[in-house]
Amino acid sequence: MKKFIDFITNEKNHKFVIPAIAIFLGFFVGSIILILTGQNPIKLFTSIIRGVLGIDMSRIGSGRSVFNARYVGEYFVFAMPIILTGLSVAFAFRTGLFNIGAEGQLLVGSFASVAAGVTLDLPGVILLPVVILSGTLAGAIWGFVPGILKAKFNVHEVVVTIMMNYTALYLTNYYLKQLPGSDNVKSIPLPAGATLKSEFLIEMTNRSRLHWGFILVIIAIFIFWYIIEKTTFGYELKAVGYNPHAARYAGMKVERNAALSMAIAGAFSGLAGTVIAIGTFGYGRVLGSFENYGFEGIAVALVGGNTALGSVFGGLLFGSLSAAQPVMQSSGIPRDIAIIISSTIILFVAMQNGIKIILKRIKGAK
Amino acid sequence: MEYVVEMLNITKEFPGIKANDDVTLRVEKGEIHALLGENGAGKSTLMSVLFGLYQAEKGTIRIHGKEVDISNPNVANKHGIGMVHQHFKLVHNFTVTENIILGLEPTKSFGRIDIDKAAKKVMEISQKYGLKVDPHSKIEDITVGMQQRVEILKMLYRNAEILIFDEPTAVLTPQEIKELMGIMRELVKEGKSIVLITHKLKEISMVADHCTVLRRGRYIGTVKVSETTEEEMAEMMVGREVSFEVDKVPATPSDIVLKIENLNIKNSRNLMAVKNLNLEVKAGEILCVAGIDGNGQSELIKGITGLTKIESGKILFDGQDIAHDSVRNRTLKGIGHIPEDRHKYGLVLDFSLEENMALQSYFQEPLSKNGILQPEALRKHSDILIEEFDIRSGQGSVTSARSMSGGNQQKAIIAREVERSPRLLIAAQPTRGLDVGAIEYIHQRLVRERDSGKAILLMSLEMEEVLNLSDRIAVIYEGEIVGIVDATKTNENELGLMMAGSRKGKVD
Repeated sequence: MKKFIDFITNEKNHKFVIPAIAIFLGFFVGSIILILTGQNPIKLFTSIIRGVLGIDMSRIGSGRSVFNARYVGEYFVFAMPIILTGLSVAFAFRTGLFNIGAEGQLLVGSFASVAAGVTLDLPGVILLPVVILSGTLAGAIWGFVPGILKAKFNVHEVVVTIMMNYTALYLTNYYLKQLPGSDNVKSIPLPAGATLKSEFLIEMTNRSRLHWGFILVIIAIFIFWYIIEKTTFGYELKAVGYNPHAARYAGMKVERNAALSMAIAGAFSGLAGTVIAIGTFGYGRVLGSFENYGFEGIAVALVGGNTALGSVFGGLLFGSLSAAQPVMQSSGIPRDIAIIISSTIILFVAMQNGIKIILKRIKGAK
Repeated sequence: MEYVVEMLNITKEFPGIKANDDVTLRVEKGEIHALLGENGAGKSTLMSVLFGLYQAEKGTIRIHGKEVDISNPNVANKHGIGMVHQHFKLVHNFTVTENIILGLEPTKSFGRIDIDKAAKKVMEISQKYGLKVDPHSKIEDITVGMQQRVEILKMLYRNAEILIFDEPTAVLTPQEIKELMGIMRELVKEGKSIVLITHKLKEISMVADHCTVLRRGRYIGTVKVSETTEEEMAEMMVGREVSFEVDKVPATPSDIVLKIENLNIKNSRNLMAVKNLNLEVKAGEILCVAGIDGNGQSELIKGITGLTKIESGKILFDGQDIAHDSVRNRTLKGIGHIPEDRHKYGLVLDFSLEENMALQSYFQEPLSKNGILQPEALRKHSDILIEEFDIRSGQGSVTSARSMSGGNQQKAIIAREVERSPRLLIAAQPTRGLDVGAIEYIHQRLVRERDSGKAILLMSLEMEEVLNLSDRIAVIYEGEIVGIVDATKTNENELGLMMAGSRKGKVD
């Protein structure tokens, strides 16, 4: 016990101890709410295990099949885009910018990839890379606009990105309907060569929607890590984020870095949109409202401490809650519980200074 | 003798360090008691224990002879203890009166604040102790010296009997320091007791009655100021003999490195801060721009280094006009810059020491190749500088800059700037807020750079530093150079007059 207290109160470990405490408290609060509403909180955890690992605990010993790989596949389908939007928000954060625009960047990325896939008639080998690049680039442009406005005219990026989220939603809906063959709800399916779909992955995961997008996600994680940790560009971005005055003193181009950082952040979100459009669905969708991938990205970045690896963990965590929602509903727990847990986790991560003070007190009392 | 405050055998530990180890402080009624020690000696910790911000592990505190348990600042206030923090805690867009009454507002019917009554009381107190303030001006519009008086009034308004001043002169001009000393004398005359935290010996000999010295968390001793010398106190504080005189031979200036012609620069409020300024700095000399804070010296430095755009004029560096070059270009041409505010400009506090050491050269080989940082090269670069400049930190190159002491942070900046061997080294207030040992080291280092043939442009607000370190002194007043004097042929009086605006013929 003493060792445990030493471990959690050591400031060096705060980086992951605080998210861990927040996650624990999130589930704790969720469990209490379940008890108050007369439900068994164990069901919450069995739902998450089923949603993530595909193991149905209630069937153990019943003779029926316990494991269903489709859940695992669907879990990754949920986690992939929010890992990417998490990277997007985290990247901008590193330069001291708050990218609330991941949602809009994702939407334009999604649209651009569909538009490229539907309209371009390219040979097989080039088509897919061009489609992916179109989506990524569209997101980057959508991120660059608030970046350059910030750099040139000092317009606050939060205001611009929020506005551009709505612009993106209505603009992409309109133009998606204009694409050849689109009806009022969706575009025509993309040619197979322009999608990330894979019969092999689908078969392997018992007909889930799992697709090759996860390779793009892994590449994105690596690129994030490499830029931030290894390059002089990443060094500049961090310097600007931590202390713009010192960055200017050292001759760094603070404004240019802000604009570039927003563009790269936008590219990550654009890729997220691409992965959804050409991987999960294989066609473009007209959306009635935001799907909140961008906003979940903020939570992912927050829990992940704005690092590449942290965003992966954050994405897997919030992905698990999303994946568990349908399972929870089928076992009689309102899916809102999952949302309550997500929100509580975010709340406690946001309260990390409070948690730090409490940890300090525990240390002091010892 | 009656003691108002007795802190007996106080021990306060932080993880891995004893900030106070068996420290005793006894303050008599109606005296100014100085608490002297280098940065990190435990002065602030001791006062935080008295003010209730920290709880001591061992030891007792007595106020007016009664043992008390000060668990938080509110309890301290109840016992009549008030503190003027080094960084003022004022609401900038509130008026003086609003700041003073904050938390204790006198009210009329329906809970409305009776601002007239409050202002009247503020005026009464301010007249009683000679603290001149305008009760209706906003904090953001008044000088730093006046802001400090507001902080003092805040304590007096709360009937504080024991006043703690935490390094009160760090932000003040020489004139304001004199005024503050007068105010402190006035306060003790009226029966208040003062604890003055400082590392400036001169201030102690000016006003204090007793002086308690701490060194590395330990109690060294308490002396009567009238029966001791500054040298003795310095030795108690540092633990060895310290020389106040900067050891240097006469300068041998050669060619002109920096020549400024008719320079005009606006400040952040869009007013002309530097007006038609002309100045020359030669290789092998230390030229000091001296003046009272706010007379355009900060803008001048920012203009030369490129942090501020100039309005008009020329900045010739080795004969080449650099007035419109980028900051990076000026750095690369050979200008080193030790900035005035080391936390704001000099360091990225969240970076490690080695990352900070690379701040001006990370984009060059060997620290990076083709845009990729070379971690081994960064480490080696930093290790060499740490060794050469004797920079002390917890974990060497990987230490977070934030966790280092002020003196070592400044040494790191100096190491970084000197190592690039620039032709011109601009040092703006290089010893601000540092202790005697660090000041001594930095002065020696600057002289060494001068002797190796560099041009040094020094900007300083401390009279002692101006006189001891420089070869020539250019006095700046309201954005203009009012005179240039030879450091060996002038004195504090003459400089003081010039700083206040009286002109003097150019002496070369």
